[in-house]
Amino acid sequence: MTMPDDELLTPLIRREATRHAPPPGLAERIAAQARGAATPTPTPLQSRTDRPWPARWRWLLAVLSFGTGAIAASMLMSSVTLRSGAADAIGDELAASHVRSLMAAHLTDVSSTDRHTVKPWFAGKLDYSPPVHDLAEQGYALIGGRLDVVNARPVAALVYRDGPHYINLFVWPAPEHAPSAPTRQGYSLAGWSQQGMQFWAVSDASPAELQNFAQALRTRITSTSTTPTR
Amino acid sequence: MTDRHTEFEGAALPHLGAAYNLARWLLRDDHHAQDVVQEAYLRAFRFFDGLRGTDARPWLLGIVRNACYDWMRRNAAIADTLVFDELRDSDAAGPASVGFDPAHLWEQRALRGRVNAAIEALAPPFREVIVLRELEEMSYEQIAAVAGIPVGTVMSRLSRARAALRVALQDESIGRHAAAPERKTRS
Repeated sequence: MTMPDDELLTPLIRREATRHAPPPGLAERIAAQARGAATPTPTPLQSRTDRPWPARWRWLLAVLSFGTGAIAASMLMSSVTLRSGAADAIGDELAASHVRSLMAAHLTDVSSTDRHTVKPWFAGKLDYSPPVHDLAEQGYALIGGRLDVVNARPVAALVYRDGPHYINLFVWPAPEHAPSAPTRQGYSLAGWSQQGMQFWAVSDASPAELQNFAQALRTRITSTSTTPTR
Repeated sequence: MTDRHTEFEGAALPHLGAAYNLARWLLRDDHHAQDVVQEAYLRAFRFFDGLRGTDARPWLLGIVRNACYDWMRRNAAIADTLVFDELRDSDAAGPASVGFDPAHLWEQRALRGRVNAAIEALAPPFREVIVLRELEEMSYEQIAAVAGIPVGTVMSRLSRARAALRVALQDESIGRHAAAPERKTRS
């Protein structure tokens, strides 16, 4: 099991051969990637829908063999599949963006609590104008905004502070909103669509707290559009 | 869930230097090496749970190594020859594939450049045992685990690789006194 190292060659290689060092940032990218990756151990929420699949298939087969309700069942199945496919990919991406924004010390491109500073900042950077509202009165202070990329397109990310938590609110134009699980890799997610925009809030605050934020913002957007005070 | 991330980072990130060095030597390109290492770490993260109680280093380098070979298979046109023949390739190993790039030839004059070029010219299965043994100073058992080959094969590849390097570095009188520091300053 022992073979002597070459007494001339080995020192020569050890002295002269290049030890390629990983480029700066690779460790951070790997850590962020791991945080953004779907965790293979299913969360309780996922396991509830994932585990009974074989049972459901058997049930589906039974229905098919009886020839009743088969079409309805398969439609139900496909809607479940679509839901956990596209929307969860978005959920993963948003959670990863949220983590990156906190890791890279690049939370905001424009830091301002004044929505009249933040909103114009996006003009010229995006082909749409995201609604910007400060919710300081409700306990969610606007602290700024930045450009992010979701689904290979630039989107507006607004940053709010909720006590010790940050909330990233991603906004882009889309007619309807794909539902997603309320948590992703330990982060809370709340998504909705309103006035032709898709909204996604991501935070390490609890899902219930994030729902409060979402509700407060929805109400604000609705009220400002019905009474155009500007 | 966060514990799992922390645990993974604690176990895997300390070996990033070795992982990147191996990938960079196998793929001979910075960007490809970065991509492949990143992809390998993602793979490693997915299978991390099976690791408990074993040494992370050979396990992780094994994943990186396999990711490199996958990459070479997918990009056979730009990567090394993939049909590897234990005997033929060891004979063929030599600085011949370095080419006639003038800049490269000039660099070759330096001992460092010659050593690097000689290792790069080895077929990947020889190159990897040299990198793992000489640069990462791993044991034969660990190298066997990384490369997925028996320990005996590690030893025979290592000895063929060294023989090829001795031939390639003959002009530097490796057999005699190349280790003398003044060789470096000679231009």
